[in-house]
Amino acid sequence: MMQQAATSPLLKVENLVVEYVVGNKIVHAVSDVSLEIARGETLGLVGESGCGKSTLGRAVLQLRPAVSGKVLFDGEDLTAMQGEALRKMRRRVQLIFQDPIASLNPRRRIGDIVAEPLVIAGVRDAKERHDRVCKVLNAVGLDPALTIGRLPHEFSGGQCQRICIARALVLNPEFIICDEPVSALDVSIRAQILNLLEEMKARFGLTLLFIAHDLAVVKAVSDRVAVMYLGRLCEVAPSEELFARPAHPYTALLLEAIPVPDPDIKPAERVAVGEPPSPIAPPSGCRFRTRCPRADERCAREVPELRPVGPRQSVACHHPLT
Amino acid sequence: MATLDLALEEEVVAALPARRKRRLGPVFWAAIAWMVFIFVAAIFADVLPLPSPTDMDMLNRRAPFSALHWLGTDGLGRDELARLVYGARISLIVGLGAPVIGVTIGGALGMLAGYFRGRFETLVVGSMDVLLAFPPLILALAVTAYLGQSILNLTCILGMLGIPAFMRVARAATLTLARREFVIAAQALGASHARILLRELLPNVMLPLLAFFLLGVAVIIVAEGALSFLGLGVPPPIASWGSMIGEGRESLDVAPQLAFLPAIAMFLTVLSFNLVGDTLRALTDPRQGAL
Amino acid sequence: MNGAALLSVEAVSVDLPTVRGNLRAVDQVDLHLAAGQTLGIVGESGCGKTMLSRAILQLLPKKAKLAGRVIFDGQDLAHCSAEALRKLRARSLAVVFQDPMTSLNPVLTIGTQLIETLQEHLELDAAAAKRRSGELLAAVGIPAPEQRLSQYPHQLSGGMRQRVAIAIALSCEPKLLIADEPTTALDVTIQAQILDLLAREQKRRHMAMIIITHDLGVVAGRTDDVAVMYAGRVVERAPTQALFKQMHMPYTEALLAAIPKLETAPHTPLPAISGRPPDPTRPLKGCSFSPRCRYAAGRCESEKPPLVPAEMAAHQYACFHPIRLAADATA
Repeated sequence: MMQQAATSPLLKVENLVVEYVVGNKIVHAVSDVSLEIARGETLGLVGESGCGKSTLGRAVLQLRPAVSGKVLFDGEDLTAMQGEALRKMRRRVQLIFQDPIASLNPRRRIGDIVAEPLVIAGVRDAKERHDRVCKVLNAVGLDPALTIGRLPHEFSGGQCQRICIARALVLNPEFIICDEPVSALDVSIRAQILNLLEEMKARFGLTLLFIAHDLAVVKAVSDRVAVMYLGRLCEVAPSEELFARPAHPYTALLLEAIPVPDPDIKPAERVAVGEPPSPIAPPSGCRFRTRCPRADERCAREVPELRPVGPRQSVACHHPLT
Repeated sequence: MATLDLALEEEVVAALPARRKRRLGPVFWAAIAWMVFIFVAAIFADVLPLPSPTDMDMLNRRAPFSALHWLGTDGLGRDELARLVYGARISLIVGLGAPVIGVTIGGALGMLAGYFRGRFETLVVGSMDVLLAFPPLILALAVTAYLGQSILNLTCILGMLGIPAFMRVARAATLTLARREFVIAAQALGASHARILLRELLPNVMLPLLAFFLLGVAVIIVAEGALSFLGLGVPPPIASWGSMIGEGRESLDVAPQLAFLPAIAMFLTVLSFNLVGDTLRALTDPRQGAL
Repeated sequence: MNGAALLSVEAVSVDLPTVRGNLRAVDQVDLHLAAGQTLGIVGESGCGKTMLSRAILQLLPKKAKLAGRVIFDGQDLAHCSAEALRKLRARSLAVVFQDPMTSLNPVLTIGTQLIETLQEHLELDAAAAKRRSGELLAAVGIPAPEQRLSQYPHQLSGGMRQRVAIAIALSCEPKLLIADEPTTALDVTIQAQILDLLAREQKRRHMAMIIITHDLGVVAGRTDDVAVMYAGRVVERAPTQALFKQMHMPYTEALLAAIPKLETAPHTPLPAISGRPPDPTRPLKGCSFSPRCRYAAGRCESEKPPLVPAEMAAHQYACFHPIRLAADATA
């Protein structure tokens, strides 16, 4: 049902709000987030723990109910879909998780796990399933003969992640959400998996939403990057510009905090102090103001909206850096 | 740049056989042997060349071991060995039947409660709490008084009393598993609830349930024995190890074997089920295979 | 190396019996640390760095076999009595672990855990211990320290908990602090704060410190010496500046290259290290890194390369085909 023109975004999130209840308190995980991803693009979503990026990823896939807002995939509103229509849509959108070993059912064989999407999608012919599974396992660099009959615990973290990627690719989806896909992996394996993701993206023509807390990792694979803090977007910009000229003080703080493997660069004196507040009681106005050196009373009164500050850069700040 | 991981080295292939052999020592096999023996004896009791367990030979009561009666006779002249074998049948029927009721109903309720949560879970847990609050012995008494003593009633009541425990085990296992990423992955694929419950959760929940089941068998055998000992279990003249121990009480000074033989048989059977259950649980824990 | 070394690890090996055979977690490691110095131990999971720290602390699992000597402050820890070891712990030797949620007792308040440590090792009375606990929490940057004393670990954030763990570790003024992946579980902004805190406290107390991490960036600005471990052995060791200026062992160089850098343009393929770390239950005859190394040839597969010095004596590497060695390479 692709009636839209090629220039309209593949994914459009409009004013999404996701909250959930813990005990008797409400956690404001995602507060009024809007973003767009064009077909063939990789959008990196970066933020520290508790900022709501994982929740956003799951809410986009309708795995978490949204309080309000819309998610438009290829023009169709996912939040309004139910049952069979939603299930059909799921074949076009897939998810890869952070913990590759926990993402695989420990009691099922790899062949069954990777074939599962095909079974759910109604591919009845066992031979066809087998062929497609072998094809996709080869694509991710695993030998099907040595893989299909085994159980997940026989594989390393990196190999499990390859299996998860294979499972995500077997239905030829258009869009994949990667939720911290390399954070749980060793440094030397991370590079392998990142390269694999790039290769798969090119080969299968994918669009990616890449969620991570590591800025350098995000920059390596993303065309544009969105920075999130405590449920709101701070800044959205193309990768090079974001890292060269951050406009939001939080982005600058993140960039400074990254430990650089160069002994001549002394770690900078910290510009901001303190810890992120709790998403149960986020600060009024701009949520970063409690840690921001540029905050004033306007920041406490008024929630900053995302406004463009450059040709493709937008920032939500009353006193941006540029 | 070539970055793809090459095909798995043989070390993964060779690593597999070593781990399985670990825990199956001689004690485990002895337990298995006893269980097989008891099962075979119980199943083929009718075709074994045994005297009838109900034929009373009043002239030959409490007889010692002899060629005619291998293990002697009991207080009413009935062949002890035959009664032991038929008693095994009762123990196994009730001992397996009741936990089967428990695991199917309790296991299903527990999994559904742990997966769907919310009000359904509260309802299930609440009703289980109510059931647990009943003193089990009084309940068994009431049921047998009202419906009569029979193997079927006994199995049903013991089965029902076991449902809450199985529900708890299944729910606990499901709660842990339902939050793990492989379940969310299945949801993200659009799998129906039924599919997730049956294909993702059940294979994982089955293991703790199975281990608990075997322990449950052991407990029920003892429970049936206790009830029969009190005269509340299977009605006479059906042989049951518990009632045999009860009857043997009177002959302790003259023929102690009448009480001890069924007790030993029960002890060995319960021990075997416990051992096998424990070993099975340890063996099939997937985390053990990781190192 | 020099007689003034506070900690001397000499030819330490740790063997663990497992289902699949003997696992050599640590293989003939030598380390030396002087008072007030910081040593970084870098390696990926399975390289033996955690087992090494356990060996130093004498906290190995029961089944483990330790060979070699661990000399701390003149005493051989492996042959100390349990009482002597207990005295050393906390007073001279302290440790901070990766996950503060599991290294702090979840059912005791922060105050109890701090006060207990102080009373046990410094023999302070309750009031003095309480006062000192408050001071310690303030020193590690926890706001409103008196209130925190009555809180439980789960009521604090990850960064706060790690600060508490550091406060407990520092409470008895140890001579050596071992930090095993202290910031891996924390966010990057909190990580920076915690590392700053450790550096500050170390300078103030003239304490020796060992930072164990998988992140080369963490050791770059904050350590005096770095030891890189792979498959249980130290494969390169050097003063930090010297190491980053020129790495000789291919693994170290590959490790650095595999980290995505902020300066790189997006979509540049990363120079990944192919293959996986070796199975520690099946050690290779030759160099453990040789199956993944692009310089591997000849001797690499049959002999284990020893640690030899480069042109700077303090810089050592274990490789038959080192990278850009100024002096004559042993080929």
